[in-house]
Formats: sequence, structure tokens, C-alpha cells
Amino acid sequence: MAKEDGEGSGTTGEHKGKKRNQVVGWPPVCSYRRKNSFNGGEVTKIYVKVSMDGAPFLRKIDLGTHKGYDDLAVALEKLFGCYGIGEALKDEDSSEFVPIYEDKDGDWMLVGDVPWEMFTESCKRLRIMKRSEAKTIEVLQAKNFLKEASKGG
Amino acid sequence: MNYFPEEVLEHVFDFLKSHRDRNAVSLVCKSWYRVERFSRERVFIGNCYAINPDRLIERFPRLRSLTLKGKPHFADFNLVPHDWGGFVYPWIDAMAKRGVNLEELRLKRMVVSDEGLELLSRSFVNFKSLILVSCEGFTTDGLAAIASNCRFLRELDLQENEVEDHRGQWLSCFPDSCTSLVSLNFACLKGEVNLAALERLMARSCNLRSLKLNHAVPLDTLQKILAQAPQLVDLGTGSFVSDPDSETFRRLRTAIQKCASIKSLSGFLEVAPCCLPAIYPICLNLTTLNLSYAQGIHGSELIKLIRHCGKLQRLWILDCIGDKGLGVVASTCKELQELRVFPSDLHGDGHAAVTEEGLVAISAGCPKLHSLLYFCQQMTNAALITVAKNCPNFTRFRLCIINPTIPDPVTMQPLDEGFGAIVQSCKGLRRLSLSGLLTDQVFLYIGMYAEQLEMLSVAFAGDSDKGMLCVLNGCKKLKKLEIMDSPFGNLALLTDVGKYETMRSLWMSSCEVTLGGCKTLAKKMPRLNVEIINEGDQMEATPDDDRQKVEKMYLYRSLVGARRDAPDFVWTL
Repeated sequence: MAKEDGEGSGTTGEHKGKKRNQVVGWPPVCSYRRKNSFNGGEVTKIYVKVSMDGAPFLRKIDLGTHKGYDDLAVALEKLFGCYGIGEALKDEDSSEFVPIYEDKDGDWMLVGDVPWEMFTESCKRLRIMKRSEAKTIEVLQAKNFLKEASKGG
Repeated sequence: MNYFPEEVLEHVFDFLKSHRDRNAVSLVCKSWYRVERFSRERVFIGNCYAINPDRLIERFPRLRSLTLKGKPHFADFNLVPHDWGGFVYPWIDAMAKRGVNLEELRLKRMVVSDEGLELLSRSFVNFKSLILVSCEGFTTDGLAAIASNCRFLRELDLQENEVEDHRGQWLSCFPDSCTSLVSLNFACLKGEVNLAALERLMARSCNLRSLKLNHAVPLDTLQKILAQAPQLVDLGTGSFVSDPDSETFRRLRTAIQKCASIKSLSGFLEVAPCCLPAIYPICLNLTTLNLSYAQGIHGSELIKLIRHCGKLQRLWILDCIGDKGLGVVASTCKELQELRVFPSDLHGDGHAAVTEEGLVAISAGCPKLHSLLYFCQQMTNAALITVAKNCPNFTRFRLCIINPTIPDPVTMQPLDEGFGAIVQSCKGLRRLSLSGLLTDQVFLYIGMYAEQLEMLSVAFAGDSDKGMLCVLNGCKKLKKLEIMDSPFGNLALLTDVGKYETMRSLWMSSCEVTLGGCKTLAKKMPRLNVEIINEGDQMEATPDDDRQKVEKMYLYRSLVGARRDAPDFVWTL
């Protein structure tokens, strides 16, 4: 690839064939800026199904386009035309909704416990459960257990 | 040279603020070295692996302010693996153990842990200022420790860090007795903050001069804060979204009008353009404007805003401003010294956001311009030659053509002549980044003319070793050279090995240097650390085959030998 004679002439890019914009390190935009600027450009698509108790059909949402739990809550509220999901994330006891998700292991977990990035990596599907429908009292019990445990910390 | 008693020398040295000046005087003679080292309070370390904490504290016992840089610059572009190094903990630990009276810590590209922040917050009673730039490894728990324990904290400035959000209440951890804050910047935090706690903190921080909020702080909170802090000089808004007919918005307008001291404005992480007129009254006084994260402001609104900013000295914007918009900047901002134009779209989908036209207009209208970072779709030699003529005062010139190997679209020639004109005209040029189709010729020009050049960034450029050799030979003041995807090999690397001890560091990735070449260099120069980054075990198969090309090499001078914290995939030869 390197020309030994060193006579620089107008060689038109005989370099590697790969597309420049797919080379790591190019264009030289720092990774913080990449993650925080480009609308959906650099973010992988993470589509998951969302079901809501009482709704006739399921929806799909792209977790990759959201920056965090609050962002997600707003999106879910818009999707199903309901309010209270954001509250549910802040203080579970006050809202009539309980947002849960199925993780990689097949377990149903309460949304909001783990850091956002960890959540997006392990979330397989979402469900917005009505508190009154909680057959999954185990989940709530588990949460209380965790609350008690963390109080000791 | 001992005509003066040491007290007089020390008094004279007090006037020397820059570390370069202090380094220079310490080399004059032994007695000056001694006086200088006992009086130096602020230390700058450009490469944290060039020295170790013990020797630092040994030499400068009165250390109060430390600046440390860790990872190489190309780490910003994902070229350095995550666990490469740059840990600050050993430094904090050593300073704590040896009773250093640390007041300020500034870190760039380092790995900071919550344990480190906790230790920092507990070990130094007079700690006042923490500035973290492009760091990672910590969470909001670490920030909570700083807030809780640093009783005299004046400055907490977080710039573009990767911070894990633990949904704690770090901001609420500032005790009610904390009234010393002068500067608070948490714009890079992704999570919510307790708004009530923030308002209370702002209300009792009457010395506050600089505040940068994150996206989770709504306009309503901003309005309340500004009403209590009209003395602010530097403001970064969080979310700037409101109904323009609302009471909240009316109150914001009133509060802003009282902020007569704001000289620097940034943020607008979320923005409703109809709200922008609220800031027009402060635009008149602005010297710094950073809208590079304000995706919500489109070209025409940007232009409307800029027309109000006649005193701007520093402008960071997105390329959606367009060439026409840059023309408006050129005719409005006559005091402009620094311009950065960032890409709003990384894939270059064809829409020409800014081109050489915009840059030429700026150079014609802004004679004081000396610092440039310009992402564009295309550039011509003619334009660069004109820019060089219009602006001979460049100290920093970084051009990034999104497609880096395209020639001048008008003449189909490489851009050697254009960059050649820049280095020839700008005699004070200290930093240069190249792009576009470039041959060995451009390096010939750089070696010949860029006498003050300290940092050079090269990608996809050159034809042969001659290119790199011209630079190493000619640029006497070169400190940092970083090269990616260019055809430079062992000949260039090994011709003048002594040169690298005069430099801080050299980075070469995807070039033609081989393992054998690197080994030879390491053998000849024991005071250099030659590190090979071997990701994905590319070189494991035949570790003794010296003909293998090295994918990533980073070498730097060091007084303390190979570092002991290198991960498995980093080989120090």
C-alpha cells in the first residue's frame, strides 16, 4: 500500500475499500458527543413488545431511543393514553400501575431497580400491570423485601 | 548566580503562573530548582504515567492544585479499549497518606471511581475544586460523597463525563451549611435531580457565578433559580421548553432581563424554538455561546439568534447553521476568536451542511479568529489559501472533512497546497488536524514551516515513510503526534529514536509498523514506554513473529518505567 518512491502525485484514494464512515475512530467526534447528539443515529434499535392490562392489543417501543426511565415513562403514557406510569417509577405505592419487564432469564422484574443501560440490555418485553390485577404479589413482596434490606445499608 | 537571597527569588517566582515558565526557571541552576520546587503549588502532569505520585509529592511538598491527564487523545474516538488505564485512585491515595493539602483536582480522560471520590472527599479538609473532563467509572454515589463531605466546596464542574446514574439524591447531600458554591456544572448527568433541593441550594449559594443544568431540569425551575441569582456570569440551561403564553414563561423573561452579567450561555438540551426570544436580551453581552448540543434549534432560528450576538468571542454550533448562517456570523461577530462547527449528521448523507464557502466567509469577516474546529463536507485548496491569507493568527486549526480521502472537488487535486498555505502563513500554529486526500507533500510543508507546532493529528494521509520523517525532523517543538490509517512504517519509526524523548507521546494505529520495529525501539530507548494494544488477541497466534503489523501502538516518555496497572491486552515491550 505504501508507495516506496515517495513521489506524491494525485493518487485518488487507493487505500482500503471499507467505507470511511464505518471505520472506528472516524469521523473524530468524541464518544460523549456521539451518544448525546445524534438523534437515533448511533444508537442500536431495541424493540420490545409492551402490553397493558385492559388494552386490546400490544404495542412496540424502541428502548434505544430513550435516555432513561423518565423518558420511557413519558413515552409509555403517550402510547396508551394514560397517566401514572411516571409516578409508579418514583413511588410504587401511589400509582395504580405497576410496570414490570421480563428479563433475559425469563423472570418478571419491577422496572426501575437497575441502572438504565443494564435494563435496556436485559429487557425482553414490558408489561404495565394494574395494581388491582396483581396476581404477581410475589413481585411486590420481593420489592418490599428489597426495600427493607436496603434500609439496613 | 546567587546574588539574591532565596526569599527574594521565591517572591519573584510568585509572579510565574504558567507551569512552562516554572519548569524553565527550575532548570537554571540547583538553587533555583530548590527554591522553585518548594514554592510551586500548582502542578500540571500531561501524562499520568510519565511520573508517579510519590515522586510528585517528594518534589513539590506544597502541592495544592493538581491537573492530570490519562488516556491518549484518540480514546475520545473509541480507539482505546475501555480498561486501558488512567486510574486516579493511586494519586488520591498517595496524597491522602502523605498529608498533601489538596485544594483543587482537575482530571481529563481518567478513570475515576466512587471509592476515589469518597476518599478525596474525606482526606482533604480544604478541598475546593473538582473538575472532571471526559472521565468515566463513577456514579452519582461518588458525587454524593463530594457533596456531603467537602465543606468548603467552591467548584464542581463535570464536563462530558460518562456517569452512571444511581437515582440517589446526590444534590440533596449538600448540607444546609454549604454556601460556598461558585461553580456547579452537572449538564452531563443523565438522571433526575431533586428540583426542590436544587432550588434551595441555589438560594443559599450567593457566590454562584457559573451554573450548568442537565436535561432533567425544566424551564420552571430555571426561572426560579434565575430570579434568585441575577449575578450569574455563566449559564447552561437544561430543558428550555414551555408554552410561550404561560405565566412561567413570562416570569422567565423577567428573570432573564435582570441577569445583566451573563457572558456565557450553553445547554438548550431540549428546546422549543418559540421560547428562544426570551434570551435575546442577554445575547448582546455574550462572549461565549455553545449551542452544539441544541439539536432542537434549526438553521433559521440559529441565524436569528446570532444576529443579536455582536460581542461573541467564542462560538460552538452545529453545522445546520449552513454556509449562509456562517455568513451571518461573519458579519455580526467581529470579535470572534474561536469557532467550532460540529456535524449534526455523522453519515454524510449528501446534504451539504457547511462547505468551504462558510469557512472563507468567516475568515474574511473575523480577523481575530485564532482557533478553529470545522467539520464539513468538502474543502478546496483555493479556500484554504484564502483562509490562510485572511487569518494568519491561527494557533489551533482542526479541519475534518467527513469523507477523509476526497480530493479538492474543483481541481481533483490533493489538499497539500491548502494546508501548506496554512502552515506557512500561520507562524504561531500550535495544533493542527488534517483531513482530505493528502500526500507526502503536505508533510514536507509541515516539517518546513510549522515551527511552533506542538500537536499534530493525522488520518488516512501520506504515501510513504518520508512523510512522517519530515514531521519528526522539522517540527522541533512537537509534543504529541497521533496517526491513524496511514502508510508509515518501521523506517519512519526508527530513524530518529531520540526524538521521542523530547515529546510527550506518539500514537500510531492501523499503520505499517511491525512488532519487530516496536521491539527494536523499546530496546534502544529504555526511558520510553512502548505499549502495544492487542485487542481481540490479534497477535496471540504467533507472539514471536516480528513481522506482524501492530494494530495500535502508544509510546510515551516516562521517568518511572513500565506501568504496573496495564491490563492483559496491553504489552509494554
